[in-house]
Amino acid sequence: MNAQLPRWVDLGLIPLLNLIVAFLVAGGVVMLIGENPVEAVEHILYGAFGFGEGIAFTLFYATNFIFTGLCVAVAFHASLFNIGGEGQAYIGGLGVALVCLAFDTFLPWWIIAPLAICAGAAFGAGWAFVPAYLQAKRGSHIVITTIMFNFLAASLMVYLLVNVLKVDGTMAPESRTFEEAGRLPKIGWFMELFGQNIGGAPLNLSFFLAILACVGVWLLIWRTKLGYEIRTFGANPAAAVYAGINPVRITVITMMISGGLAGMMALNPVMGDQNRLFLELAGGAGFVGIAVALMGRAHPVGVALAALLFGVLYQGGAELSFEMPAITRDMIVVIQGLVVLFAGALEFMFRPVVARVFARTATAKGAA
Amino acid sequence: MFMDVILLLDSTVRLATPLLLTALAGLYAERSGVFDIGLEGKLLAAAFAAAATAALTGSPWLGALSGMVVAIAFALVHGAACITFRGNQIVSGVAINFLAAGLTVLLGQSWFQQGGRTPPLMGEGRFETITLPLAETVRDVPILGPIYSELLSGHYLLVYVAFLAAPFSWWVLYRTRFGLRLRAVGENPAAVDTAGISVAGLRYLAMVCAGILCGLAGSYLAIAQSAGFVKDMSAGKGFIALAALIFSKWRPVQVMGTCLLFGFLDAAAIRLQGKDLPLIGEAPVQLIQALPYILTVVLLAGFIGKAIPPRAGGTPYVKER
Repeated sequence: MNAQLPRWVDLGLIPLLNLIVAFLVAGGVVMLIGENPVEAVEHILYGAFGFGEGIAFTLFYATNFIFTGLCVAVAFHASLFNIGGEGQAYIGGLGVALVCLAFDTFLPWWIIAPLAICAGAAFGAGWAFVPAYLQAKRGSHIVITTIMFNFLAASLMVYLLVNVLKVDGTMAPESRTFEEAGRLPKIGWFMELFGQNIGGAPLNLSFFLAILACVGVWLLIWRTKLGYEIRTFGANPAAAVYAGINPVRITVITMMISGGLAGMMALNPVMGDQNRLFLELAGGAGFVGIAVALMGRAHPVGVALAALLFGVLYQGGAELSFEMPAITRDMIVVIQGLVVLFAGALEFMFRPVVARVFARTATAKGAA
Repeated sequence: MFMDVILLLDSTVRLATPLLLTALAGLYAERSGVFDIGLEGKLLAAAFAAAATAALTGSPWLGALSGMVVAIAFALVHGAACITFRGNQIVSGVAINFLAAGLTVLLGQSWFQQGGRTPPLMGEGRFETITLPLAETVRDVPILGPIYSELLSGHYLLVYVAFLAAPFSWWVLYRTRFGLRLRAVGENPAAVDTAGISVAGLRYLAMVCAGILCGLAGSYLAIAQSAGFVKDMSAGKGFIALAALIFSKWRPVQVMGTCLLFGFLDAAAIRLQGKDLPLIGEAPVQLIQALPYILTVVLLAGFIGKAIPPRAGGTPYVKER
């Protein structure tokens, strides 16, 4: 079990093997429904990459997953499991929407946008603070508290949307639509650089913010003192304390950064797409983030690639359910589950086998 | 007024039943040292399997059986990941929840083409309520009559099973050899191993127990309380059950009390929907519904006693070499 393997095997081959198995099983599920998996993949790829609008939608979804993936990944580095990305993103949406509702009548969008980013991040971080503090100070398990906070966020938002923010005289539980200044510009020009037409896709500036966040997280984790402390604490809390790192401080700060990243995700649907606050705005992206972070091995580059893959699945899955009505969009949730199962929970399944194969080739080489 | 209270308590019992069965499922898993946040997924998968089988065969008994089989299968996947392959128990639980949420609707749509629902069950296919002997005769007796005929009688079989399962679990856990070993393997697996008992075997057995109970809970949701499966019908009950388990500090009899409390909050929230209360104005339904979560967080924070989980929970057992 503990045999040393080359780095590329541990970081490349074994994760790849896990993913392949996950997708093979997903193919099996498609066959169980009586459809052709190869054809299904073709539809997904066409839907996601076949035309400009499809590509823009793929990137739009990927934007959400980059944020939530980074959220889970940052917490992973401190050995914390933040399962509350969904609730943090939901509450982050409240922050974004409040800024837009307050200022959209008299400020231009380029002043509102930074304020909304800060508010989203602050609200998300605030929602992560309580579980973090309870974990650090009172020893309550962060997984359980963040699950509870997801439900609390949902209840709170239903209350606010139904009783406070709803437009008088309408039935729909949503805030008023923001004025022009409360909307992020679409980035059609970016798509045109590649000769593609954005069509009706809501791809907007938050896509660049997501890329920036990847760079930021990389710098934070591997190029700052705080990142070093986070990783040390994650690898060995006892050693970290011995080295003078304050565990309460690291837990709280890491979780607040994590929650802040989740909160910023809300910018994309709230300010970039719907231009109002609405129910279920995170739409499960917080949970996709878990799969994305596991698949991306908690590295920003991996997270971005995994987020892109899930963006492909979400956008391509829409096309697929149109072409093959038997395969509903719930197939994506199944794939998500399989990825989490094989790339996460069963990550050590193939390692002994691979280690044995390598040991055998090594002895064969030694003999020759 | 008296009748209102009886009816409120009656729906409390109905709503507490799935929570109780699911929380007891979690009790076996977590007492053996396997954290189980996949309760929600097992509950949902069992509900679907029970409804689908009952719809196809017309027998609620076969439905309940297949609910249990499917829940056990999911529990064993969780077991394989956490016990044999020493994976992260939380991650595995998350995977179980995703798989159940996706597969139930996907297969439901593919088999029945009703948007993820299973066909509504008519008469035979669904469990019937049980009228206790003499319930009709004593209905008119003041006070005790309504209590007997409304509150105690007229429930589904699974309700009685659930409320017997709690004291039974207490007996298993504290009065049998299996129970002693189960508690030991959750606290100190190395000691159990030294005594020559298989840690993995015990934990797998605990996962099977959890599967059976989740299967019953899912069957109750889909073929007793409702007449068929609808998308996401567990609606977070697995997590409330988990909260109830923690709130009871992993003890079976207390689990029953907590589930009744959480069921009562749910029943009260339904009854108070849109009604005005004295002093507070319109009833804060969302707040009442959120109370189980708030109470659990407050408990975990150590303000009402201390919730100490089984010591070996969350860590795979590695034999020393």
